[in-house]
Amino acid sequence: MTEPLLSVRDLSVTFDTRRGPFHAVRAISFDVGRERVGIVGESGSGKSMTGRAILSLIRPPGRVEASRLTFDGTDLRNLPERQMRRVRGRRISMVMQDPRYSLNPVMTVGRQIAEALRVHGRPPRDEIRRRSLDMLTEVQIRDPERVLAAYPHELSGGMGQRVMIAMMTVTEPELLIADEPTSALDVTVQLEVLRILDDLVRRRGMGLIFISHDLRLVSTFCDRVLVMYRGRIVEEIEAQQLAEAQHPYTQGLLNCLPRIGGGQGDLPTLQRQDAWSHA
Amino acid sequence: MSAPPRIEVENLSVVFGEGARRVLAVDSVSCRVEPGASCGLVGESGSGKSTVLRAICGLAPIAGGRVLLDGQPLERRRSKAFTRQVQMVFQDPYGSLHPRHTIDRILSEPLAIHRFPRTDHRVTQALSDVGLDPAFRFRLPHQLSGGQRQRVAIARALILEPTVVLLDEPTSALDASIQAEILNLLSRLRRERALTYLFVSHDLAVIDHMCDRLLVMQGGRAVEELGKGALASGDVSSDYTRTLMKASAGFVRPAAV
Repeated sequence: MTEPLLSVRDLSVTFDTRRGPFHAVRAISFDVGRERVGIVGESGSGKSMTGRAILSLIRPPGRVEASRLTFDGTDLRNLPERQMRRVRGRRISMVMQDPRYSLNPVMTVGRQIAEALRVHGRPPRDEIRRRSLDMLTEVQIRDPERVLAAYPHELSGGMGQRVMIAMMTVTEPELLIADEPTSALDVTVQLEVLRILDDLVRRRGMGLIFISHDLRLVSTFCDRVLVMYRGRIVEEIEAQQLAEAQHPYTQGLLNCLPRIGGGQGDLPTLQRQDAWSHA
Repeated sequence: MSAPPRIEVENLSVVFGEGARRVLAVDSVSCRVEPGASCGLVGESGSGKSTVLRAICGLAPIAGGRVLLDGQPLERRRSKAFTRQVQMVFQDPYGSLHPRHTIDRILSEPLAIHRFPRTDHRVTQALSDVGLDPAFRFRLPHQLSGGQRQRVAIARALILEPTVVLLDEPTSALDASIQAEILNLLSRLRRERALTYLFVSHDLAVIDHMCDRLLVMQGGRAVEELGKGALASGDVSSDYTRTLMKASAGFVRPAAV
């Protein structure tokens, strides 16, 4: 078997609070190859923290521990910040949830993409421009010249998110972590963004970690789904077999969604069990 | 003569700004909601669905058309009697509750404004109606989870015993599991009190679950009006509704090349 792109064993994220340690992520293990892996859970289940921990973006007082955290053979644990910066952005990128907060409001899109490129080498100016335009075209922006000169507030939510994806993939990363990349978008725009991500995974053989609270969306988009509950992975399942999920939490999450034509009776609600957090 | 609809919106238009910056947010939209019925407004952001609700309660300027409550046209300035009858629940339970007021004060304020007697009893009753423990009464909003806050917002709307509740994306900010609990709560309250709902959401499945009738909106206009079951049977005529239905079914992988 070939070495997976990312291999995580016993990853924990802990915050020390006045009331004792709070375990946001509790000893989770998973591998990601050149595929689409979804991480699903409710708010507070630790899914975003997992994504951040991989890129060592957890700031003190948060603590990250793992018995193994390797990316393409490199041990990411305790990697000096200088070397981590070479991985972050160039080999592993992250797309955040809301383009309104994650783009710099006082810089044009062009400068922000150029900045992403310059961090990793010093390509000549015309090459930066060419690569930026190519990337914007690749994320289906019809008028890349105009968008390059625009400020984030001049773009719609869907455009902003595409710019964000362009910026994060212009360095041709091998792994992209997308944290709720479509949650702030309208359903029709959501699909376009997914199509772009899908395309990048296919053509470049990129690995993708797709973090979302939307189980149904993830099951249609990803190859494999990790279901998280209170810091633990309670179930790992092939997306196509999600309907046959074994864990009561996964089933509960699926069943509590209203369906078109599902009638107006009461929706089944999730009956939480203490045992789930000790599995 | 049959009873007039509880809420009727006639050719409603809402305009923001002037001159070059004039935006026609709602463009002659009409709808009728019978007493005890539940009508949905669906559309994407910017379609004007929330603005319709805001115009009904006087939070958005009405540029044309009119709104009738039980057959009576509303005055320009909403009366106290109107606010007793019509209450609204907003999308974001983090933004719609005063952060420095206790739950008790949040729930007592409308009672004081409308000079309701027996405030104390009504507050405890309102909390138990929405399934909140009486222990929450003297807490502040930040001590509550999103779902609990939305329950408080619903309690605040219902404490004046209104007949119409305007719901603006009441579950969009909540997790799926909490959404189910709040939707069940809203259905139960409607059954018990014969409430009339006008329910705004971008989620077709939520609207189909909660409403007898729905209006699909796009760019300020009503594109299509559908009855119960039309979504399930796919009996829709506009392309836009079909696009929305397809989009909400999830991602479809392009066939492998």
